[in-house]
Amino acid sequence: MDALILDSVALGYADHPVVSELSFSLASGEIGCLLGGSGCGKTTVLRAIAGFEPLRHGRIALNGHWVADERWQLAPERRQIGMVFQDYALFPHLTVADNVAFGLRDWSRVDKMRRVDEMLSLVGLERAGGRYPHELSGGQQQRVALARALAPGPTLLLMDEPFSNLDVELRERLSIDVHNILKVTGTTGLLVTHNQQEAFAMADRVGVMLGGGLQQWASPYELYHEPATRHVATFVGDGVFLPATVSGGNCIDFELGQLCRIQPVDVVNGGEVDVLIRPDDIQHDDASSVRARVLERVFRGAAFLYTLELASGHRVLSLVPSHHDHQIGEMIGIRLEIDHLVAFPKVVV
Amino acid sequence: MRRQVTIWNWRGWGPVRALAIAALTLIPLLVVLASFLEPQPEAWSHLAVYVLPGVLWNTGILIVGVGLGVLLVGVPLAWLTAVCDFPGRQFFSWSLMLPLAMPAYVLAFVQVGLLDFTGPVQSTLREWFGSSQWFPPIRSTGGVVLVLTLAFYPYVYLLARNAFITQGLRAVEAAQALGYTRAQAFWKVALPMARPWIAGGMTLALMETLADFGSVSIFSFDTFTTAIYKAWFSLFNLPVASQLASLLVLFVLVLAAVDQRLRQNRRYAAKNFSPVRIRLQGGARWGASVYCGVVLAMAFVVPFIQLVVWAHTVWQEDFDGRYPVFLLHSMWLAGLAATTVTVLGLLLSAIRQHHRDALTQWFVRLATLGYAIPGTVLAVGVFIPVAWLDNQLITVAGWLGWDTSQILKGSMLVMLLALSARFLAVAYQPIDAAMQRITRNQGNAARSLGLSPRQVLFRLQLPMVRGGLLTAALIVFVDVMKEMPITLMTRPFGWDTLAVRVFEMTSEGMWDRAALPSLAIVLAGLLPVILLVRKSESGLH
Repeated sequence: MDALILDSVALGYADHPVVSELSFSLASGEIGCLLGGSGCGKTTVLRAIAGFEPLRHGRIALNGHWVADERWQLAPERRQIGMVFQDYALFPHLTVADNVAFGLRDWSRVDKMRRVDEMLSLVGLERAGGRYPHELSGGQQQRVALARALAPGPTLLLMDEPFSNLDVELRERLSIDVHNILKVTGTTGLLVTHNQQEAFAMADRVGVMLGGGLQQWASPYELYHEPATRHVATFVGDGVFLPATVSGGNCIDFELGQLCRIQPVDVVNGGEVDVLIRPDDIQHDDASSVRARVLERVFRGAAFLYTLELASGHRVLSLVPSHHDHQIGEMIGIRLEIDHLVAFPKVVV
Repeated sequence: MRRQVTIWNWRGWGPVRALAIAALTLIPLLVVLASFLEPQPEAWSHLAVYVLPGVLWNTGILIVGVGLGVLLVGVPLAWLTAVCDFPGRQFFSWSLMLPLAMPAYVLAFVQVGLLDFTGPVQSTLREWFGSSQWFPPIRSTGGVVLVLTLAFYPYVYLLARNAFITQGLRAVEAAQALGYTRAQAFWKVALPMARPWIAGGMTLALMETLADFGSVSIFSFDTFTTAIYKAWFSLFNLPVASQLASLLVLFVLVLAAVDQRLRQNRRYAAKNFSPVRIRLQGGARWGASVYCGVVLAMAFVVPFIQLVVWAHTVWQEDFDGRYPVFLLHSMWLAGLAATTVTVLGLLLSAIRQHHRDALTQWFVRLATLGYAIPGTVLAVGVFIPVAWLDNQLITVAGWLGWDTSQILKGSMLVMLLALSARFLAVAYQPIDAAMQRITRNQGNAARSLGLSPRQVLFRLQLPMVRGGLLTAALIVFVDVMKEMPITLMTRPFGWDTLAVRVFEMTSEGMWDRAALPSLAIVLAGLLPVILLVRKSESGLH
């Protein structure tokens, strides 16, 4: 059963629409993610699911029950949703244990204590129960916020940019931890972030948002290799577009050769398209007759990210194992190796 | 490289420098407290029988009554304007600070004039219903509590509103996500979280209540301040005055300690704004508007209009050659005090920045304790040592063949010292806040660009604190204009200011004739309130 369904939801105000025609669903136990830049409306969606924003249109269901439409909405406190706020919103006047116990209202004292201990050990803060939030580091506060939200056993956990206040290293470790905790507890989760690494590390399904609309709702693998729109293609991962011409129904010709794909391109023969070339599509091959000039290089430890100039003057990126150490200006051989051909009709400017 | 020769260790002088400024507050405080340690049996036997029982009872009533009053008025107003949405919210959110412009003694005499038996309200009621016997008398304990509550609720309102805006709605949402209704969330989270702010506002209101002299004397409601004044001017008994002052200081020091403690608890503020306000529905919508409107009308609008009406009726006969002199005295005194205090505040802040040792920090805090000490106490505490010094000087003058009875006592020195002690903290806060915005690295950057420490002061620090200095000077200027007991008790003979004029007219019950100087004071008082409004509105959006 779907834990969460959004059906053509619109949010905002008449004079200031924030989100429109938003539909997606999340199966029970899955982790979803809304990915987008600031101002795309992703946080507003999360707040609407929690019950803090009225719907202008559409409806939302939790565990098979409609909880909101344009006329009616269930109060936030009755939705059995856990929420982790961007700033954690811990209660400063309560200890860590009291914060975690805050949502366990009708529990007996013994059950409450047991649950708090269970939650604190789940997030690795067994000893911190008696301390106050301001005595903890940012990462620890984040874990308390997670423990507090999970304690009442919510059917859905919402996370608003949960790691944005943390440094990079901690962010990576916590996103893996949180992913594992959600999987262990079988909690359905939805997070909102602008960081695609975070989205890929955490989520089974990712939705890319732009200007209040959902561009694509798919697995991270699909988003990267089969982006549905130009925006998704450029927003997710590195890559460049090269001009190409359609030939023979489902093939294209361009500077680096001919590529054929399964799905026919929605453009007539001879029509112009842009083909997406990812850094991992360009292989370094000394034996290749296709040569390109090294314009820039960024050392990334295991690999170099080279910016290469083709004979036509177009540029492509290439990810090359780092024992191939080429200098700027050098000509190197390259070979195309593409599993997923992605092309979009040429934009007429 | 040449080793720099240091004549004295400038780093080690921090505590001495801070103490030199703190002496301004500490000497009067210690002088007053010393009289508590040396009780005078005669003075005490008189006090214990005739004065203290009533004064203590009245003070207790005021603390409980005004404390509860400012909570009941200030907290709901803060919650409504901070996180709810109702007609007029934006207007009320700033206009509810306006009562800060009106000194409590002005509000007191206007309310008495309005609501007394002969006042316009009861006269109208008699016209309509034939009798106004049932109308509660304004000259009563309830009346004092009401007036002081209306005068001092803005302290609670301001601080609580700040707390609610920065964390109130977000806390409610977090609690709602954990299964609490909005009302439960308010009582369980938003209110407890705001406790240090609310209590802080209440502490300030109670300090003002204990320090208040003008309003209680209008109500003939005997408290420590009026008793000190009477001991000084009616009985000419300085020892009794200082015994009373020492008792009052004990009350005040407790409040000051509470206040310092609360300031430390207020650190956990994070600025998290929630984008949506709570939209009040139905009756609550208009109920909120009416509540805000009634408080604003009673605390500011109606009294202000009444002042204008009185001032208009007496304008022709009352305005004479003495008014420019009152105004000039007020402005001269306020300007002098503002300049002195601003310079002292800047020095104190610079000392605190330069010397980070604990002892210096401690003396700096002592130096700014004056805001808690009532003017009547400071007047006594400054007068005694200055009078002593005067006697020594007179002796010396006698040897030199100069026969005089007073040198310092009759000058403005006593008044200026007491005012400086009272308002140093008021100036120090904006200046120090501005100083703290200059980071160590900005100073270092300037030095690495080739500026000497002196050039850093003139080209970096002074320009950056200029706003703070102006704010400090303006607030002190207006506070001194409003100040009543210190000016009244320590002014050179016959040297009247606007506030003194208000006191003289109100002590004879001539409300309308006190209106003109009051109006000038209120209009001046609006200036810092405008600053405050602009600051709080811009800081929050």
